[in-house]
Amino acid sequence: MSTSTPELELDCRGLLCPLPVIELARRLGDVPVGATIAVVATDAAARVDVPAWCRMREQEYVGEETADDGVPRYVVRRLS
Amino acid sequence: MRGWGTRYVRHVTNASGQPGPGSPPAPPVYLDRASSEPLHPAARQTLLAALDQGYADPRRLHRAARSARLLLDNARAVVAECLTVRPDEVFFTPSGTDAVHRGLLGVARARSRAGSVVVHSAVEHSAVLHATRWHEGESVVVPVDPRGRVPAAAFGEAARAPGVAVVALQSANHEVGTTQPVTEVAARLGDVPLFMDACASMGRLPLPEGWSAAAGSAHKWGGPAGVGVLLVRKGARWGNPFPGGDDLDEASLGFPNVPAALAAAAALQAVVAERDEVNGRQAALVDRIRASVASIPDVEVVGDPVERLPHLVTFSCLYVDGEALVHELDRRGYGVASGSACTASTLEPSHVLAAMGVLTHGNVRLSLTRDTTQAEVDGFLRALPEVVRSIRAEAGI
Repeated sequence: MSTSTPELELDCRGLLCPLPVIELARRLGDVPVGATIAVVATDAAARVDVPAWCRMREQEYVGEETADDGVPRYVVRRLS
Repeated sequence: MRGWGTRYVRHVTNASGQPGPGSPPAPPVYLDRASSEPLHPAARQTLLAALDQGYADPRRLHRAARSARLLLDNARAVVAECLTVRPDEVFFTPSGTDAVHRGLLGVARARSRAGSVVVHSAVEHSAVLHATRWHEGESVVVPVDPRGRVPAAAFGEAARAPGVAVVALQSANHEVGTTQPVTEVAARLGDVPLFMDACASMGRLPLPEGWSAAAGSAHKWGGPAGVGVLLVRKGARWGNPFPGGDDLDEASLGFPNVPAALAAAAALQAVVAERDEVNGRQAALVDRIRASVASIPDVEVVGDPVERLPHLVTFSCLYVDGEALVHELDRRGYGVASGSACTASTLEPSHVLAAMGVLTHGNVRLSLTRDTTQAEVDGFLRALPEVVRSIRAEAGI
């Protein structure tokens, strides 16, 4: 169920790990501090790696949602 | 002992990790002991001698058969002494995986009147997970903390629920090295039996207490491949979960590989005899690796820093493709394992790393052999930062 409207949504469908997390790191600066950025990823590793990236990079992991086509969407809030 | 075959192309590197003229050729450094240990010298000698004396069928009554039987009994006695169990609690199986399946499913079968539920930690070896899927009964998975350890209280609570046949808990984790509180868990189980997968630690650490059945694998302690050890406590209930045969005992399977069993016992004896010295040396090298690797930007060392296997360390490098990392380290002469999805046959991320909530990509597992030197470790530690940096640079990070 899609519940939030993030500032930026990254389409990482079909990308294998670690590409979704690399894309997230590259594009984090495109949203202001306090805003959210979403990673839509088919790769199963993103479910673990996006929250782990948030912990290591001191960003906030908001949670997992589902995109309209059923693909998992991982939402991150930029803290710094 | 370190050779990977004649077709292996060796790359000579200097201290900075770059190919350099005039450097002495260095053999590849094998840092994947947890996958399989090189044959211990004691096992090699025993194996060669036993091949000539232990070929016969130990069930027969002639002289050659008695010789084979004597060697097999000797192997059992040695393994029992090394693991401080009774000889009649030791059974040889065709592999560690088989010992896990036979041990876990055999205890479950004997408890089928009490229930069919199997409770296990989230970080068990895939051999345990495959056995639980094959088993006709529900599985209850107990989560682990970020260091990969199962909380004894939560495990005990799950185990005492109605309908639990058996609980499965490893002695130590094969991917991150964290040891599990087996004895503390066992004390909370009441009548429920505990099966312990001890493949990662058998020989190098004393077995914890409190289990009804346990499994080990000889090639992980320097014995030959194709020898598993199943331990079933005297008085513990166990029933063969698989078809039986005309075997020496119902817990073993088929014609026993007597020379390999004896060589496995010889290796175990040698490993136990030298473990105080080897473990101390390896633990110090692992401490050195943990400190050095953690200083590379965005690299996280995972697993318990203290309560762990002495020879094993795992870390994950952010933004780095695990397969590229393994290949690049191999090119520089370091053989390492990785739990990253792209290096696994399944393309699924490691269930162990996922259960701990740590990065599943860019993962490296180092496991030291009994003669890994500080110079080899330092060479690896000099090479690693440049390898990580270059892979990240290629990815545009």
